[in-house]
Amino acid sequence: MKNKIKILMAKPGLDGHDVGAKVVVQGLKAAGFEVIYLGLRQTPERIAEAAKEHNVDVIGISVLSGAHLTICNKLRNLLSAKGLNDKFWMVGGNIPLADRDKLRDLGFDGVFPTGTLLDEISNTIREKLQ
Amino acid sequence: MTMRPVKRKIEAEKKSESSDKSSVKVAPDGPAVINESGIEIKSVYTAEDVERTGGVDRSLPGEPPFTRGIHAEMYRKRPWTMRQYTGFANAADTNERFQYLIKNGQTGLNVAFDLPTQCGYDSDAPEASGEVGRVGMAVDSLRDFEIAFEGIDLDKITVSLTINGSAAILIAMYLAMAEKRSYDLKGLRGTAQNDILKEFIGRGTWIFPVEPSMKLVADTVEYCAANALKYSPVSVCGYHIRESGANPAQEMGYAFCIAKAYIDDVLKRGLDIDEFAGRLSFNFNIFGNLFEQVAKFRAARRLWGKIILEDYGAKNPKSGWLRMIAGGGGSGLTIQQPENNIVRGAYYALIGALSGAQTMALCCYDEAYTIPSPKAQHISLRTMQLLVEEIGLADTVDPLAGSYYVETLTNQMEQEMVKAMKEVNAQGGIVQAVAEGRIQEQVSIQAYQHQRKLESGEFHKVGVNCYVDEDEEAPDVELHPYDEKDAESQIISLQEVRKTRDNSQVENTLARLKTDAQVDKNVMPALIEAVKAYATVGEMTNVMIEVYGRYQEPIRF
Repeated sequence: MKNKIKILMAKPGLDGHDVGAKVVVQGLKAAGFEVIYLGLRQTPERIAEAAKEHNVDVIGISVLSGAHLTICNKLRNLLSAKGLNDKFWMVGGNIPLADRDKLRDLGFDGVFPTGTLLDEISNTIREKLQ
Repeated sequence: MTMRPVKRKIEAEKKSESSDKSSVKVAPDGPAVINESGIEIKSVYTAEDVERTGGVDRSLPGEPPFTRGIHAEMYRKRPWTMRQYTGFANAADTNERFQYLIKNGQTGLNVAFDLPTQCGYDSDAPEASGEVGRVGMAVDSLRDFEIAFEGIDLDKITVSLTINGSAAILIAMYLAMAEKRSYDLKGLRGTAQNDILKEFIGRGTWIFPVEPSMKLVADTVEYCAANALKYSPVSVCGYHIRESGANPAQEMGYAFCIAKAYIDDVLKRGLDIDEFAGRLSFNFNIFGNLFEQVAKFRAARRLWGKIILEDYGAKNPKSGWLRMIAGGGGSGLTIQQPENNIVRGAYYALIGALSGAQTMALCCYDEAYTIPSPKAQHISLRTMQLLVEEIGLADTVDPLAGSYYVETLTNQMEQEMVKAMKEVNAQGGIVQAVAEGRIQEQVSIQAYQHQRKLESGEFHKVGVNCYVDEDEEAPDVELHPYDEKDAESQIISLQEVRKTRDNSQVENTLARLKTDAQVDKNVMPALIEAVKAYATVGEMTNVMIEVYGRYQEPIRF
């Protein structure tokens, strides 16, 4: 059997609203994924390093302050530099409609605005990776 | 603010019919109803229920243990303070909004700060990039405070600062500004949130490790007790703990454990309980079941009154007042059918008024997806004013007293709060439980379970999992327009301050701050001195980090 899908989850930047991130972490674990949660105040550099170090299949971040574009831009460059373009990148939080395509253009194929069902996130990951 | 709707556990009728009936508690005339705090709700209450659970509290409003209210007359004398949460971009914009709210009859200001300010970074720090002025006002130096509060009479308007990790610095700034404007600190009123323990549980704007963070809280309390007697240096927040997944009984129980931890630290410095307990205030949430919430507040007033007056032996009855701002309710709001949030907000305000809150900050209907618009703020303010002027909520104190249901529930909620406090003590006390990440884990598990029940439909949420408008398109999430130029101009004015201030004086004051921190002195005098020299939030924070270190979040997943 294929190894468990490995997911890295983190809260980048200064935003401290981590209820959603922690709920998603628990939901993904319950759905059978292996999840590494880095916690709050992670820099894009640290997230990219951890993604490489743990050899994860999925990189997910949660941003509720509205700084998602700034952060995803930075993170994209760092992930690309580490050759992690083939991994599934996802972002969740308060994301206006107009920003969702911009995030997809940056390479974040999984865009999960607040209110997304847990099953939708795990199903999307499975579809993309299996 | 994240969406976390009301939990109302209703055993689905289907389930009680089809599954093993003996395992489901069924009330005489319907399915079992259990409130969020885990108390089973009967369909009818009688005097016997009140007696069985501890009887009716015969104390009058204004009498210990203050079950019915901390003042004898409550709203009859003065309606609750209406204080909406405001503050964005820069000091000048914030000042403009303040003036607008005051003109519209708001009697208190509740200041929001941007994340760099809350986390101790200057606007030009790399960590601040993209966040300057985004979720609140950017503050780098005393200059920003001077601009934000220009033309506002600090004797007439009470100002509440929503600041925690960097609270000691911002309190120092507020006091320094007031002093520069010739106000007598002895008479200065206001509140700082300054509840760092809850930041570790939820909200997350911590800076220093748990122990020095506790020390800083005690520094502010000690300093204010001696110099700014009427200033409330700490507002203990059950609010965010509830938003993070705690139930209403835990919200109060955990908040009281936290408040006791601060009190114990200050007592160790030789202060008498009556010198400062009366200035502690609280911040609680009001969304949820109306009766559970009202009972929660009545029970909490009684429990806190007993803790301070009996356990700590305070002599001044006022020390046992549960002074609180109740409000928000953002977690009860939904992105779906957002107009329903106006109605939810009205019910939450009713809850706050029936509960005897001294101050209310009501959520705005667009809060589930954006920073409140002026129109939404206006509606929230009018919602509260309607209750006072038209609906009769200011006419009599504690109007639900004597209801068999409310009195029984008040007794039961108190027992649940005591239970929550005992559970924390069993984990070595709140400071240890937080440092080890245990409380964080507990509330996070509950938030997850709640989400599951919401998704399965076990918890009903109008517009989300019932009465869904099939043709409703999800409304767009709007963010407060963020202009990089605002951040740039903030950085320019910060650099201007750095250029025009006396930098040798800044160095001297920062050196004193470091020494005072190293020898474990109260750092407030040094902070005030540094603030007056226009030292920046980042500079002062960095000096303290050199001494105290940085917090490392325990991850228990």
